[in-house]
Amino acid sequence: MGLPDDYRAMARIRRFEERLAALKDDGEIPGSIHLCNGQEAIPVGAARALRDGDHVTATYRGHGWALARGVDMTGLFAEMMGRDSAVNGGRAASPYLSDPGRWFMGENSIVGAGVPIATGAALTAQRTGSGAVSVVSIGDGAMNQGNVHEAINLAAVLDLPLVLVVENNVYSEMSRIEDMVRIRQLAERAAGYGIPGRVVDGNDPDAVAEAVAEAVTRAREGSGPSIVEAMTERLVGHYSGDVQHYRPAGEIAAAREREPLARIRAAADAALTARLDAVDAEVEAEVEAAVVAAREVPFPDPATIKEYVYV
Amino acid sequence: MSESLRYIQAVNAALAWSLESRSDTVYFGEDVALPGGPFGATKGLHKRFGSDRIFDTPISETGFLGMALGAAMTGLRPIAEIMYADFSFVAMDQIVNQIATIRYSSAGRWKAPLVIRMQQGYSPGACAQHSHSVEAYFAHTPGLRVALPSTPDDAYQMLRTAVVSDDPVVVAEARMLYPTRGPVRTDAPVEPIGGARVVRDGRDATVVAWSRMVPAALAAADQLAAEGIETEVIDLRWLNPLDFDTVGASVARTGRLVVAHEANLTGGFGAEIAARAASECFADLRAPVARVAAPDVPMPAAPALQKAVVPEAEHVAEAVRGTVRR
Ligand SMILES: Cc1ncc(C[n+]2csc(CCOP(=O)(O)OP(=O)(O)O)c2C)c(N)n1
Repeated sequence: MGLPDDYRAMARIRRFEERLAALKDDGEIPGSIHLCNGQEAIPVGAARALRDGDHVTATYRGHGWALARGVDMTGLFAEMMGRDSAVNGGRAASPYLSDPGRWFMGENSIVGAGVPIATGAALTAQRTGSGAVSVVSIGDGAMNQGNVHEAINLAAVLDLPLVLVVENNVYSEMSRIEDMVRIRQLAERAAGYGIPGRVVDGNDPDAVAEAVAEAVTRAREGSGPSIVEAMTERLVGHYSGDVQHYRPAGEIAAAREREPLARIRAAADAALTARLDAVDAEVEAEVEAAVVAAREVPFPDPATIKEYVYV
Repeated sequence: MSESLRYIQAVNAALAWSLESRSDTVYFGEDVALPGGPFGATKGLHKRFGSDRIFDTPISETGFLGMALGAAMTGLRPIAEIMYADFSFVAMDQIVNQIATIRYSSAGRWKAPLVIRMQQGYSPGACAQHSHSVEAYFAHTPGLRVALPSTPDDAYQMLRTAVVSDDPVVVAEARMLYPTRGPVRTDAPVEPIGGARVVRDGRDATVVAWSRMVPAALAAADQLAAEGIETEVIDLRWLNPLDFDTVGASVARTGRLVVAHEANLTGGFGAEIAARAASECFADLRAPVARVAAPDVPMPAAPALQKAVVPEAEHVAEAVRGTVRR
């Protein structure tokens, strides 16, 4: 895949998130949302290494993964608007959405909880011989949850086809990761489980794709799990309304020069810039159309409230 | 002296009081020190008391609640913050198997004077993993005290009571009440643990509520008064120790009982109150005990669905009308 394709995939996520933020400001999104602006290269790069049937499990900051894996954009907008979306019928909203049709096992708003679940998908893949892998993304802070350790170790001893992608965006909510761990890179922990761990530039989709592809190959061969730590930065607050008083002055401005879309633009010549401009225009139109379509989706019927509790 | 404070400011004041007046108190949790807490409950405390007294933890609920227990067993008085009550489930082993049992199992040779502070309940658009009302889980566990303050003054008084208690106390605040303002008696002596309170007198029916359902019950009582029904409202405040005497005395006056909570109906703490009423107030009851609660579904995120799940004043009023009509 060439530059404009990656650019488009990342721009779709960026524009989607920006549009969500605006909808939140306008009161069209009732719950909290956690945006991944700046981190788009990770799901986009990883998705390049995956095929249909490979499961993905994400954090609550997982809109990028949902889009990169092909979840319907209109459905995502509608779900977050509290409408009767085809995604989760308004039951999940932003931090808990999922799409079995796209092998998207979902976001999780309990930090770290997705890793044991993703390990289960890896167990299924192994025991059914499907050849699929299970990719799970977590934040840097989630690496300090006990269940994450338990799950990685399980995957390691069972040689499960699991790929753990740690999106190290420096912060967990308002706390810096350097204040929460004594190691320099979280991937160093891989040695403690006896599995490979790599650190990559998480703002470069090619670097992410290469590292995830290597881990995926290993997993498909039956050689077990790996950790890929993708270094990135959050361009926005932890949640809608976060004024980020805890971030040093100038940090976000500097991050804006390193973020994946700006980086591609900075290196582009006039011809490429024109192509990227055209991509932006198309993405803008796609996102706008999705918002318009999402607004047509009705709100869920309260009479259905007990549906789906039991089979 | 009484100050007008918001609920969340009253929490902050109680924590400041605890750190100030008890040198054995330490406070920890996620984003509580430098950032001042996700809801501002610990604003300014790190600056005032420093990292020895209040510090940020990694996102490791099991680890830091176990740490709270060990520290409490050996001489500190920890207050550990669980950001959303839902996340306490991550640390359920430490709370239920470890913290709650140590005093009993050691025949009193160890004790666990610690506080687990959290906030709970629904908020618009929040999903099932950020909306639990957890009180019944902890009230079911012998060895834990359970506090659910419904006003700024109680947020202040009950948290201080929890801190000085030699038993482990779960303090579950209501996120939806954080902005409410009210008088707080900042110079009152620390209250003993326990005690329900009659917050409105009435002769026709008793409503027992706690947490966010107390203001809802009071609003219902206002509506009902306009219809000529006088409702007594009890804020239960503590589920453990349970002050059933206050409930029983009220039922003896009114003959009718409605229990209102935001948690799911089945196995909720309302079932406990109803069962106690059935065995202890049978002769006084002129109508079956009614319960107001959320239906037994996980919390949906869409407001259109939440409206069908979350109990409000009108549900309380309807339940009271139902018992009075009988
Ligand atoms: C078990 C649990 N504890 C605490 C929280 C509250 N919380 C939500 S997001 C978050 C920070 C997570 O940081 P990280 O894993 O680095 O992910 P990022 O936000 O950086 O994407 C915290 C503490 C939670 N949702 N679940």
